Amino acid sequence: MKPKKRRLVIILAGLSLFGLATGLVLAAFDEGVTYFYSPTDLALREVPQGRMLRIGGLVEEESLVRGEGLTVTFRVTDLAESVPVQYSGILPDLFREGQGVVAVGKLEQDGVFVASEVLAKHDENYMPPEAAEALERAGQWTEGDSQ
Amino acid sequence: MIAEIGHYALIMAVFVVLIQATLPLWGAKQGNAGLMALAKPAAQLQFILVLAAFLALTYLFVTSDFSVAVVAQNSHSAKPMLYKVSGVWGNHEGSMLLWILILAIFGAGVATFGRNLPASLRARVLAVQAMIALGFLAFIVATSNPFERIVPPPLDGNGLNPLLQDPGLAFHPPFLYLGYVGFSMAFSFAVAALIEGRVDAAWARWVRPWTLAAWCNLTLGIALGSWWAYYELGWGGWWFWDPVENASFMPWLAGTALLHSAIVVEKRDALKSWTILLAIITFSLSLIGTFLVRSGVLTSVHAFATDPTRGVFILALLVVAIGGSLTLYALRGPALKATGTFAPISREGGLVLNNFLLSIVTATVFIGTLYPLFIDAIGAPKLSVGAPYFNATFWPFMVPLLAAVPLGPILAWKRGDLLGVLQRLWFAGAVALAVLLVVWYVKFGGPVLAVFGMALATWLVVGALVELAERLKLFRIPLADSLQRARNLPRAAYGMTLAHGGLGIVVAGIVGSSAWQVETIQIMHPGDTVEVAGYQLTLEGVSEVQGPNYTSQQGTFLVSRAGSEVVRLHPEKRNYPVQRMPTTESGIHTTSFADLYTALGDRQTDGGWSVRIYYNPLVPWLWAGAIFMVIGGVVSLTDRRYRVGAPTRRRAVKALPTGSAPAGT
Repeated sequence: MKPKKRRLVIILAGLSLFGLATGLVLAAFDEGVTYFYSPTDLALREVPQGRMLRIGGLVEEESLVRGEGLTVTFRVTDLAESVPVQYSGILPDLFREGQGVVAVGKLEQDGVFVASEVLAKHDENYMPPEAAEALERAGQWTEGDSQ
Repeated sequence: MIAEIGHYALIMAVFVVLIQATLPLWGAKQGNAGLMALAKPAAQLQFILVLAAFLALTYLFVTSDFSVAVVAQNSHSAKPMLYKVSGVWGNHEGSMLLWILILAIFGAGVATFGRNLPASLRARVLAVQAMIALGFLAFIVATSNPFERIVPPPLDGNGLNPLLQDPGLAFHPPFLYLGYVGFSMAFSFAVAALIEGRVDAAWARWVRPWTLAAWCNLTLGIALGSWWAYYELGWGGWWFWDPVENASFMPWLAGTALLHSAIVVEKRDALKSWTILLAIITFSLSLIGTFLVRSGVLTSVHAFATDPTRGVFILALLVVAIGGSLTLYALRGPALKATGTFAPISREGGLVLNNFLLSIVTATVFIGTLYPLFIDAIGAPKLSVGAPYFNATFWPFMVPLLAAVPLGPILAWKRGDLLGVLQRLWFAGAVALAVLLVVWYVKFGGPVLAVFGMALATWLVVGALVELAERLKLFRIPLADSLQRARNLPRAAYGMTLAHGGLGIVVAGIVGSSAWQVETIQIMHPGDTVEVAGYQLTLEGVSEVQGPNYTSQQGTFLVSRAGSEVVRLHPEKRNYPVQRMPTTESGIHTTSFADLYTALGDRQTDGGWSVRIYYNPLVPWLWAGAIFMVIGGVVSLTDRRYRVGAPTRRRAVKALPTGSAPAGT
């Protein structure tokens, strides 16, 4: 092969790989992306059934039932609306009433959010940005309150 | 007093770096030997000053001087000594200081040991290094002074985040930073080469050891972080495609590509322009990683209490460094002429394929990691990109790459014979096929992909060994001659065998742990027994234990197998009163083929406990494989080609005054 033709082969191979990658990325985005909803969104907006989504806010005071079997229930609130959450498993260490939380899971027909993953913050002074945003959107929280 | 000395040393360092970033560059342009020679003492002085500042901060932490804000916020008098020291970098200010210290170490290393570098190249490399240092020093002095006092000093400190009080994590940041910052050397060499307008085999020989050293440290840093997440978070997993993990993984992928493309520059005088670009990209990704992790845009344990001015400053630094170097590349890159040509099927071709695939994977990880931030920035509905995306885009490109790894080193340079190579690898192929059939038989009905994954891992390990055997002509010439060849073989060859074999072991670990993990979560009362993967675990009880700066609920599991006792495991739930923060400590029993993993959950109202028990096949192989890869890198580094004779250009090169070189970065 002449060098020119060789280069063409390499460039074409590169481009086709690149095209393949683009296609895969677009296809993977379809199932790999989870959207974020605040409790107010869940109350007011149409929410796709059976799709993975993330919710965030504060764990409502006195809503947590734990220590009675593997399933724990609590409510996530943005102080305007709240949503009941059900989770089977072990809660993260820093999960506490009145603290920020993000849950990943699906909204069931009966309005209960069944979480497959619950994330709390890692640090005493830290608010998950998504939880902060939920409160902010509900007009209950302003920058600087978290510290 | 010590704090003031440290602060003073930092400010002095700014001035030294200012000189180092400008005068040598000007000297190199003018051909002024005196100005160029300034770079060496400046780099050494910079190192001494930054070291002084770092030691000052370490002293303040060790002596628990709570009149200094950073110490008061991140340390506590009751903390064990190891964590007092690791507390130095367990906070924003200190970690930035560590970053600069490592940068200064590398700079002083080039200044001191780069005697045989051409004067102009050395001056330019050190000047570029100084520009990076200037950006970060200015950042520290202006927005994150670690020596700030608080009046009045508190009686005791706030303590270090308990999650960080762990031996695995104490050393995770230094290694990660050694990796990130190590790539700054490749970057500085690349930018210096662009200014100079030349890249040759000698250039690649200087760049390779620095890149390799950085890569080893980054590999170790990532492995330590992953190991920590595995045993500390109590989720039984070791990789979550979390943005913070991706932030360190992207420079690793790009750095791995750089490692391979630099070989082509050295041996075959080709891929020059691409290698320069890759060096710029790798370090840029390291900077982006630092930014993502430290600025607080991501939810993670790494995000220290944030301050918007800091984020803006780092962002500006990113734009200048990345934008500047890419602009310089656009201006000067096309002038780099490669002389080596090669056929698509050749060792160069194999390395190009490696680079193609690694770049694509880096790009897909980059998109997945940055897309949510982009969406957030333009104010669209918040979203996150999870593991399904990454698995769907990562593996389709990684699997072909892994399959090709054993072929590359056997292919001849310039023009290779694929059929001949496959014939030489028949043994590896046969073993892989045998493993495939055995695994298929044993795990019949299990995931088909996992069966092929195990065959792929075998192919990698045996392929690496076959390549070594080929070099030694093992079994084809008398054994004594093979041993003679083994003695003469460059260490880099052994390094590659170890690294590629280690990769195969990691792949086996990934496949085993993701396909055959057994998980049970259940309520257990003291005396209850549960059976997991052939083990009987009996919860004997949970008792209160007092640690140095925490109290702990410690469970005791009696693990037995076929009636005989194996081990007692002690998972814990710790509570750190200073931070009012609980942590989970898993109890793990490691065998050569699997981990038995226990973690304690909530206490039940009726006296039971929720417990998590995992049987994680081949997880220990992940760490073993990573260690093999690092050892491979270290063995390569000891290759004498890197130390003796090599870094001298064939022709004596005068300091060429090049045209109007923009002082980019």
